Amino acid sequence: MFDPRITVLEHRLSQVNNIFAVSSGKGGVGKSVIASVLALILARKGFKVGLMDLDFTSPSTHLILGVKDIFPKEKEGIVPPTVYGIKFMSIVYFSKDKALSLRGQDFSDSFLEILAITRWGNLDYLILDMPPGINDATLDVVRFMKRVKFIIVTTPSLLSFSTVKKLLDSLHTSKVEVLGIIENMKIENSSSIREHVKGTRFLGEIPFDPQLEKCFGEVRELLSTEISRKLEKIVDKIIYQNV
Amino acid sequence: MHEWALAEAIIYTVTEIAEREGFREILSVNVKVGELQQVDLETIKFALTQLKRGKLEKAEFKVETVKAKLKCRICGEIWDFDKDKLDEEVAEAIHFVPEVAHSFIKCPKCSAQDFEFMEGRRMYIESVGGIR
Repeated sequence: MFDPRITVLEHRLSQVNNIFAVSSGKGGVGKSVIASVLALILARKGFKVGLMDLDFTSPSTHLILGVKDIFPKEKEGIVPPTVYGIKFMSIVYFSKDKALSLRGQDFSDSFLEILAITRWGNLDYLILDMPPGINDATLDVVRFMKRVKFIIVTTPSLLSFSTVKKLLDSLHTSKVEVLGIIENMKIENSSSIREHVKGTRFLGEIPFDPQLEKCFGEVRELLSTEISRKLEKIVDKIIYQNV
Repeated sequence: MHEWALAEAIIYTVTEIAEREGFREILSVNVKVGELQQVDLETIKFALTQLKRGKLEKAEFKVETVKAKLKCRICGEIWDFDKDKLDEEVAEAIHFVPEVAHSFIKCPKCSAQDFEFMEGRRMYIESVGGIR
């Protein structure tokens, strides 16, 4: 028995130059906001960008971007709709934003199915919004997307950072490239996480913004936040490696 | 034409099998398609004949549907997938990504959404024959 989805996946991603997975050890650290804003900033810089929400059971990038009432176009597969200059793919097109509980194999089958039929075309960057932890999504991305590079998000909490260390260990063991760590939701001016980061690039800090919630669904406002300004500097560090 | 993408996946995979297993020519390919995917067999067969080339030029593609059976993990009930009980939009969503059935289908006995696909979930290539 041969699974045709596995072979075709590589072909579907053959015109994608860079794949970045935004990941963390714990939930609630701001991965989805960072993944969404990262995609918006790259698109604003003129790059061809795709964003895929891989948090199938708790997707949220569609809410951050204010995406509703759209569906991929069927053309020899499915073509992700373009929103704010980003080719956007999410399971919510199919689950209709209803509760979706998936066990391990169900996640992998959904992952393979969507990637087997999605025509991204030519992209400079495909951003993956990962679910938290070292789970099916992490394992499948590492297994099936050999060129993936990870951007790790933590909060200043050592609880968050302790789970990030496990994620980093796992990625290093699998010989997966990690672009660096972002410390998100920084409340006070301490340098605790930066001091603890060893062997991985510290990309920068992003302050906690109590007003952020009001910007969800409003892309222009989202791009004018301090979070976006800080992230823009981080993006420059990532894409122009030595900045 | 989501079927076109699936047909391409079959062609890529059979081409890879032919190379890996030293076939000079592929003459037969047996494909099973899960009922949950609700694939249009005529469309996929047409796409396969349009896409086959090289070592697959003479290949005959047999594409068959496998009935979908679901089993509740809570009460053990086994039931058949029935597309006619779903509204069109839901059936279409399941056609693209069968796992979203977990958002719309419930066990007919206990209403749980924790069920497994016993068979008839996905497409696979059952066998490939040809000249080595």
